[in-house]
Amino acid sequence: MPTDASALDLILRADPVLLAIVRLSLIVSLSAVVCAAAIGIPLGALIALTNFRGRNAVIVVLNALMGLPPVVVGLVVYLLLSRSGPLGSLGILFTPGAMIIAQTILVAPIIAALARQTIEDLWAEYRDELHAMNVGPVRRVLTLISDARFSLVTALLAGFGRAAAEVGAVIIVGGNIDGFTRVMTTAIALETSKGNLPLAIGLGVILLTLVLIVNALAWGVRRAGERFAG
Amino acid sequence: MRAPATDLPLMLEDVSLLAREVTILDHVSLTFATGAPTMLVGPNGSGKSSLMRVAMGLVPPSRGRVTYGGRTDVPPTRRAIVFQRPVMLRRSAAGNLTYALAAAGMPRAERDAAAQELLDRVGLGALADRPARRMSGGEQQRLAIARALAKEPEILFLDEPTASLDPAATKATEDIIAGIAARGIKIVMATHDLGEARRLGGEIVLMNRGRIVEIADTQTFFTSPGTDAARRFVAGELLV
Repeated sequence: MPTDASALDLILRADPVLLAIVRLSLIVSLSAVVCAAAIGIPLGALIALTNFRGRNAVIVVLNALMGLPPVVVGLVVYLLLSRSGPLGSLGILFTPGAMIIAQTILVAPIIAALARQTIEDLWAEYRDELHAMNVGPVRRVLTLISDARFSLVTALLAGFGRAAAEVGAVIIVGGNIDGFTRVMTTAIALETSKGNLPLAIGLGVILLTLVLIVNALAWGVRRAGERFAG
Repeated sequence: MRAPATDLPLMLEDVSLLAREVTILDHVSLTFATGAPTMLVGPNGSGKSSLMRVAMGLVPPSRGRVTYGGRTDVPPTRRAIVFQRPVMLRRSAAGNLTYALAAAGMPRAERDAAAQELLDRVGLGALADRPARRMSGGEQQRLAIARALAKEPEILFLDEPTASLDPAATKATEDIIAGIAARGIKIVMATHDLGEARRLGGEIVLMNRGRIVEIADTQTFFTSPGTDAARRFVAGELLV
């Protein structure tokens, strides 16, 4: 019967299969977070700093999208990228690219909603001073994003946590193909169903450790930032 | 060659400010011209802070108009304000100043030296690298004054800059304000401290319930006020 010791053995031996899965997981999830940040932070800033009809409704929808079910996102992306879908000609279904797209859709609302709240709070604090300093709109936005950067790290972390932990979307659009689109969460699900618990446990331990390390780094960055920037 | 446009005299012409049903400023007419500091005094809620925000151009009047050297809708490039609780940007003391200098249009190469000069002017030269938000209340107030000076204003509004400071910090801040006034920058300052108004002011404006009750030079205001409300205020009675 497999034991935790054998899972540990896989990690200590730096098992190539295990490492390949971890590597692909990181590439997919980090790429998705970068793409989602590129969309979510400007979108959050835009909503935070502009007044328009239906703004409150947009905020409610954006907040609700934080809870998007991964399998639904996976299904929608699958339909878009399948051969008969509108983006089928791209030919990227069952590739890491499709997985990045699905995770970006999952993570972008989280980053946008948290960025919106963070920037809006900071704007309430800075508004009078920036107006008095005659700071123009572009510089104003850049200032708010820059000064909120340590809080925005938390938004990125939440996004990474969501991306790294989800299985429903990537298994639908990635197909869990061995050596090509298999990531930690899909591998854990598969290996558990096959009874290969050492690999599943090993991946689980690594996943938890990675999340812990990323959070610790972000916490350290935030503390250092608060110390030096106030 | 045309002379550079000036914001002075800054005139409030029959200005009223309403917030829903509440009248915050009630038909205020007032002129700020070059000269000795103008001190705005009066009880809480009398409209001192609102008057400065309207004069600064941060809040549009509900009625009446504000002119700057005879012009309207002039961006705040030659006027500055220090709020009662100034907000420090999340950067060092020097970083706050280089930011303000950049906003004022100073070339990047000149900003560091100018920031250090401003810090020296307000006695914070040794604290250039300290995170602004970790400075004491008095230091933050002085840094806010330095930041306001970054745009080389013609007129500087100060909203109770010594309200929460101890006597030593109050003295340091008052000395800085007197120095700024001596350099020809028009000071308009709200205060609850009649002693401070007497020490710094050249002109006193007493406000109550959004209206101007009395305008007089400092000597006249304290020795022979022209209205009963001013007499009671100088005597320490409460204006309600």
